[in-house]
Amino acid sequence: MTGTIPLQYFLIISTLMFFTGIYGFLTRKNLITMLMSIELILNSVNINFVAFNRYLYPDNLHGHFFSLIVIAVAAAEAAVAIAIIINIYRNFRSIDVDKVDEMKF
Amino acid sequence: MNSEILFFLLSGMIVIFSILTVTSRRILRAAVYLLFVLVSTAGLYFMLNYNFLAAVQLTVYAGGIIVLIIFSILLTSHISERAQMAGKFQGLMSALAVIAGATLTLITILNFSFPGKSGIESPSDVKAIGRALVSYNENGYALPFEVVSILLLAAMIGAIIVARKENLAVKNTKK
Amino acid sequence: MIDYTYTLLIPLIPFVVFLFTGLAGHKMKPMTSGLIGTTGLFAVTILSYLTAIRYFWTDHVEGAGYSSLKAFEIQWLHLTEKLTINLGVLLDPISVMMLVVVSTVSFMVHIYSLGYMKGDTGFARFYAFLSLFTFAMLGLVLATNIFQMYIFWELVGVSSFLLIGFYYEKPSAVAASKKAFIVTRFADLGFLIGILMLSFMTDTFDFQTLVSPTGPAMAQAGGAAFLGLSGITWALIFVFMGGAGKSAMFPLHIWLPDAMEGPTPVSALIHAATMVVAGVYLVARLFPVYSMVAPDALHVVAWVGGISSLFAAIIACTQTDIKRVLAYSTMSQIGYMMLALGVSGYGGHDGLGFMAGNFHLFTHAMFKALLFLGAGAIIHAVHSNDMRDMGGLRKYLPITHITFLIACLTIAGLPPLSGFFSKDEILVAAFHSNMPLFIIEFAVAGLTAFYMFRLYYSIFWGKDTHYHHTPHEAPATMTIPLLILAFGAVFSGFLPFHELVTSDGLPFEAHIEYAVAIPSVLIGILGIVIATLMYRKVSTSPAKLANGFGSFYTWAYHKFYMDEVYLFMTKKVIFNYISRPVAWFDRHIVDGFMNLIAHVIERSAYLIKGFQSGRIQQYGYVFVSGTIVLVIIFVYLW
Repeated sequence: MTGTIPLQYFLIISTLMFFTGIYGFLTRKNLITMLMSIELILNSVNINFVAFNRYLYPDNLHGHFFSLIVIAVAAAEAAVAIAIIINIYRNFRSIDVDKVDEMKF
Repeated sequence: MNSEILFFLLSGMIVIFSILTVTSRRILRAAVYLLFVLVSTAGLYFMLNYNFLAAVQLTVYAGGIIVLIIFSILLTSHISERAQMAGKFQGLMSALAVIAGATLTLITILNFSFPGKSGIESPSDVKAIGRALVSYNENGYALPFEVVSILLLAAMIGAIIVARKENLAVKNTKK
Repeated sequence: MIDYTYTLLIPLIPFVVFLFTGLAGHKMKPMTSGLIGTTGLFAVTILSYLTAIRYFWTDHVEGAGYSSLKAFEIQWLHLTEKLTINLGVLLDPISVMMLVVVSTVSFMVHIYSLGYMKGDTGFARFYAFLSLFTFAMLGLVLATNIFQMYIFWELVGVSSFLLIGFYYEKPSAVAASKKAFIVTRFADLGFLIGILMLSFMTDTFDFQTLVSPTGPAMAQAGGAAFLGLSGITWALIFVFMGGAGKSAMFPLHIWLPDAMEGPTPVSALIHAATMVVAGVYLVARLFPVYSMVAPDALHVVAWVGGISSLFAAIIACTQTDIKRVLAYSTMSQIGYMMLALGVSGYGGHDGLGFMAGNFHLFTHAMFKALLFLGAGAIIHAVHSNDMRDMGGLRKYLPITHITFLIACLTIAGLPPLSGFFSKDEILVAAFHSNMPLFIIEFAVAGLTAFYMFRLYYSIFWGKDTHYHHTPHEAPATMTIPLLILAFGAVFSGFLPFHELVTSDGLPFEAHIEYAVAIPSVLIGILGIVIATLMYRKVSTSPAKLANGFGSFYTWAYHKFYMDEVYLFMTKKVIFNYISRPVAWFDRHIVDGFMNLIAHVIERSAYLIKGFQSGRIQQYGYVFVSGTIVLVIIFVYLW
């Protein structure tokens, strides 16, 4: 199905997605949108793994399983992060990252 | 030709919705844009012939994480609420860094000559994947599988503890 | 070697009694704890006498001389291979003699206190402290090494502190106990320095090694000099400083008169008979070292003793508190003993002073304890310390009167009472070696007779004071010790000390030198006669005499303003010119340096704390751009 599409295309997509995620992480104030940016980053990495697996080492499934595990970790991470965010919201009445700076100095 | 059109369609969706995700001022919309990105990524997996992975992507990401995020958005903010963005200076600096990073990476990718395929394609149907997940030989993943199971369990317990309403610390100080 | 291991029991019994009555004393009747203490001391006394008899007579080979022997010794602390501290029991003539003195006087005081302290709220506590003191004093006496001696030396200091401050509700008693503790502790600092110097030079704490004529101490005779005196001389002078503090020698005597705030039996035991002679005992213990390698230190001892005895005798003539008169008398008599040791030589007839000093220590313990216990009986009857409140008491207190008179005659040095023999030996020793000191002591002998009989007449004769209630004789528990001690005071002079307690352990011939003895008896009688004329009947002559001396009398009455000098020295000089600058230095230089460091760190932390902003996006930005820069450097530029 991917006969004429070179590997580089996947990598370019993944790169754009990755840096978009980073941009979001650096500019969003809301903790939940920051979490969403992190999901973007993880997803871009998954694309890389899968594309390398398919194009360079099709005789095994290492990249494939790596992606699978990353998805599991991302799910766990999202659950814990959202728990923390809810807790923060309870204590600060806000999920603005600039307001949660008790640990400074 | 069809596959190329499909690929450009999917990658275009991914790039556009990614940017919308991180720039949209409405959080709920941002979540929906993220959903589109993830679904498009699943389409890429289908194109690469990893059907099981694409299915997992759809169920876990689109079905699980996005729902969780939407729930938490509804818990912590109003639907009409506009998200705060960073100041202009911070935004500019971040954009510069991101553009520099992206440029660097793209130059590297385009200048690098990747080796060709090696060996024959291994099957990636559900039967093969299931066997690989529980076998412990050279291409088996029993140990990562178990570790991830334990991680998920720990995350589940941790999430419950953290998000619980009564605060243990408060209880202790009251004593 | 004959087995003397049982002597270990002598200090241990009072210790056990102390623990028992101290911990369980409040649970039982007061009299029970008193009886337990007295019984324990009775056993100690029996053992001491048994030891003395065995050591001096039954186990002694005729003509062999008395050597020192270790009845018991264990290693107590093992600090390094060379530095170990032992505990043990050392028996030699002076320690056996001191055993007898301490146990006798302590036993008498225990019996006496049964009557004297009766009904006192702290009765059990009092007996616990008495036992502690007895334990400490016996441990000091029996010490096998100078460090053990130091440990027990501090212990007697503590128990003295506890007993002086026994009436802790009285501010004056608290102040007196503090004063005694601080002054003696200050002196003990010198003692400790002396011990360290001595052991540094000789590599040993052990007495037997130290005093051995071939031992390491003797090799130090010509050692390095400082201010014209060799190192070991300085060490011994420092050791003597500790002894002078404990024995209330001038100028460290100021605590002793104040220490009379304690109960009278305590004054008899600690501040007359036993603890205050610890300094004498210390010098006697190290006497061979003093004598052979540091004669200069011995001169210091002699002169300090002589000056103290004269100084105290003059003050004693002017005081009106009977216990203070006795306290200064004690100081004067201890000055005698120090002087005797100081003028003594080593071995044979040259060691007459050594023998005489110890002899006087022995007889003095008897008659001074008797005097204090008699004074206690008088205070018990009159409820006052001041001799101006007394007079004509001979009718009411017959037994106290007789025993007190005997003690006064003894201390005045009339033959054949014990004081005559011991004092005469001291005068002879001084006569042969140091004429100025002899003249001082000769004058002090007259003064002693004078002030003792001034005291005696003021209490028992003189004006017929009217008392609120008729004074009555003390109970039997108090009079029996008086009689026993009176017996000791009369007859202890006949003990053949020149055969038993000598500097080198060998007996020598001693005889009364009439050229010294007759004048000294005469001056004693002269003192008595003057006192009789002035104080037997109420007369104006004492006031006239006082006026005749003018300001000198006032000076003596105010104890030559020694306390004021000390207060001036400490408060004005030391506090202002030493403590203040030191405090200033500490506050501004030492603390200031620390504060400066803290300030610098705080400032620099303030400067860099902005990095720790708590803003996760800032961290993320730094991380990302840092990574990009590193990638550029390492991938493309390297």
